[in-house]
Amino acid sequence: MSDFVSDFWNLYVIVIVLGSILACAVLLIIQGKATFTPGKTMGHVWDESLEEYNNPMPKWWSWMFVITVVFALVYLALYPGLGNFKGVLGWTSGGQHKDEVAKVDATVKPLFDKYLAMDLKAVAADKQAMDMGKRLYLTYCMQCHGADARGAKGFPNLTDADWLYGGEPEQIKESIANGRQGMMPDHSGLGDDTIKDLASFVRSLSGLPNDAVRTAKGKEAFTASGCIGCHGPEAKGTQALGAPNLTDKVWLYASTEATIIETITKGRQNKMPAWKEFLGDAKVHLLSAYVLSLGKGAK
Amino acid sequence: MSGTQTTYNDKVVRQFAVMTVIWGIVGMLVGVIIAAQLVWPELNIGPWLHFGRLRPLHTNAVIFAFGGCALFATSYWIVQRTCHTRLWGGPLIPFTFWGWQLVIVLAAITLPLGITSGKEYAELEWPIDILITLVWVSYAVVFIGTMAVRKVSHIYVANWFFAAFILAVALLHLGNSAALPVSLTKSYSAYAGVQDAMIQWWYGHNAVGFFLTAGFLGMMYYFVPKQAGRPVYSYRLSVVHFWALIFTYMWAGPHHLHYTALPDWTQSVGMVFSLILLAPSWGGMINGIMTLSGAWNKLRDDPILKFLITSLSFYGMSTFEGPMMSIKTVNALSHYTDWTVGHVHSGALGWVAMVSIGSIYYLLPRLFGKSEMYSTKLVTTHFWIATIGTVLYIASMWIAGVMQGLMWRAVNADGTLAYSFVEAVKGSYPFWAIRVLGGVLFLTGMLIMAYNMFKTMAGGKTQDAPVIAPVAHHA
Repeated sequence: MSDFVSDFWNLYVIVIVLGSILACAVLLIIQGKATFTPGKTMGHVWDESLEEYNNPMPKWWSWMFVITVVFALVYLALYPGLGNFKGVLGWTSGGQHKDEVAKVDATVKPLFDKYLAMDLKAVAADKQAMDMGKRLYLTYCMQCHGADARGAKGFPNLTDADWLYGGEPEQIKESIANGRQGMMPDHSGLGDDTIKDLASFVRSLSGLPNDAVRTAKGKEAFTASGCIGCHGPEAKGTQALGAPNLTDKVWLYASTEATIIETITKGRQNKMPAWKEFLGDAKVHLLSAYVLSLGKGAK
Repeated sequence: MSGTQTTYNDKVVRQFAVMTVIWGIVGMLVGVIIAAQLVWPELNIGPWLHFGRLRPLHTNAVIFAFGGCALFATSYWIVQRTCHTRLWGGPLIPFTFWGWQLVIVLAAITLPLGITSGKEYAELEWPIDILITLVWVSYAVVFIGTMAVRKVSHIYVANWFFAAFILAVALLHLGNSAALPVSLTKSYSAYAGVQDAMIQWWYGHNAVGFFLTAGFLGMMYYFVPKQAGRPVYSYRLSVVHFWALIFTYMWAGPHHLHYTALPDWTQSVGMVFSLILLAPSWGGMINGIMTLSGAWNKLRDDPILKFLITSLSFYGMSTFEGPMMSIKTVNALSHYTDWTVGHVHSGALGWVAMVSIGSIYYLLPRLFGKSEMYSTKLVTTHFWIATIGTVLYIASMWIAGVMQGLMWRAVNADGTLAYSFVEAVKGSYPFWAIRVLGGVLFLTGMLIMAYNMFKTMAGGKTQDAPVIAPVAHHA
């Protein structure tokens, strides 16, 4: 595909690039033909003492200039540069990338395919596979989940037994391959008072200090306001929706009253990207096994 | 302004010269702080003093405040003396000083507040951009106006470089800063996507080529022959390298966008012109260093010449390194690493700062009616501290940069990356610490300069020097 909207711009680029390179050479040649009087000045004096010698340009310097001009012309014959002209070698940066990726893929494909054919639990038990998995993890996953996989605020810890979307091997693979979209809606419409009651109730679920009166009111509101729709009547969460278990002392954000109020009031948006298209099935398989090996299994 | 035109306007030179030293200290101090933040991340205190906001403050302060004031001071001094006339332009002259100081102060306020257009080296928002335009047009009128009323027919080489620098920077600033304002403190670039990137680096690389090179070559062409007491080595060389330099620099920007969405042909064109740029750049270095030929002994005990000649050596080194780094395969290793940062500082500390410091040391006694600086010994001390600081800075960034480039591209037999990003960060720590040391040394040199400057100013006479009549032609 051409980079230009019309052939005029193609010609414009060719003419102006070649013309400019040649102009450098012409400048050097014409100026080099001046009459030189080495060791003598040009005859002008500024500010009492500033003068200029009429020395020729150093030969080695002129040759260096010529060599770069010749190099430029040769390069533009070999590589893309002159408008739509592709260059004799037919090189493109996109093509180079594609070739390099294909070359690596061809060498490593058997290695990954061997594990793709294996059950995730068996891969998770394979030492070499887990070394490879760890390296993939450190390249693609640690930015959010941390180098030690223990997560960060808003990003789940992968080393515990708590799973938002389930810790079965296939569930983990689904999370990595197709991504997840976590969504806690904005409940600011409930009013500050009710939200405070709910926060107190939520804290009581994991045995944190709470206000007994508010907790009682919060418990009612938990059902009345529809929280049970996602988090369940016992507040144990719903893995199919990615709605967290509120009774297990694991906190994606924080357990403070202020944070819980913020979560209820403003809602939360969480996104795990889908990796299947970018990494391919074999690498997703290996990463799934690695994450499986990190966790304490499904509850 | 004097109606008789019998003296030079040295007041504005004095103002800019003093502010060069002051802003140099401020800009380099911010540089030391952000270098330290990379070693000790705890130093990122709150949003206002965060690396992300202080880094543009550092670059703006050293380039436009320190470098800019040095260029104003020296160009105003030189154009008057080599045109044998008082500075032309009346009230526009003080406006360039006060206007430029206002730009700097506004930058120092808005950047830490997070008010930015997000374009590297052009972060200032549109109201400040307009002020810059007004000051810059005034500068052009003053400078070219003074050249127009010159008392000699030939225009001295330093003035070609200054004029080219002033005109090109006006063009670059207007082209790249075109934006649609949505509020007083926010605007959006007039360009989108890869076009925006291309315009940005057309601007960015020519900011290096014209602001940080052509202007300082103008400085070099006056102070080196003056301080050496020798004629410029070759008039013809200055003609060729001037035209070739200002012409080819305009093409070099795409080398900042190798292996990106920029079309391959644009990248190639940027690369070959960057290589052609080697000879024109070296022309300036040769002309400066060879001017000293026959008077090398002067280097031994003249610290100002030491600064000037060393700056040319760094200039030669970084203008060799630049074309090499523009070659696609080299760039594949160097791009996004600290090697680039090292390259920039071999130009910024070694060339720009050193040639400015040498020139300001030349000017200060003359501006304040003294025969020499308060302490020549301290100038020598400054030279050695600055040189060691520069070498530490560049060497540490070379090592860190090449190491980062190699670590990022290393792969295991299974095709996975051998090192995660954070491992390269960890490996860089010792070199970042050495960089802090280099920066502290360079800053210390500037503090010595400030002390020496105030001691030289004390009790000095600030009388404008009489205009010297041109020497009659003897050719």
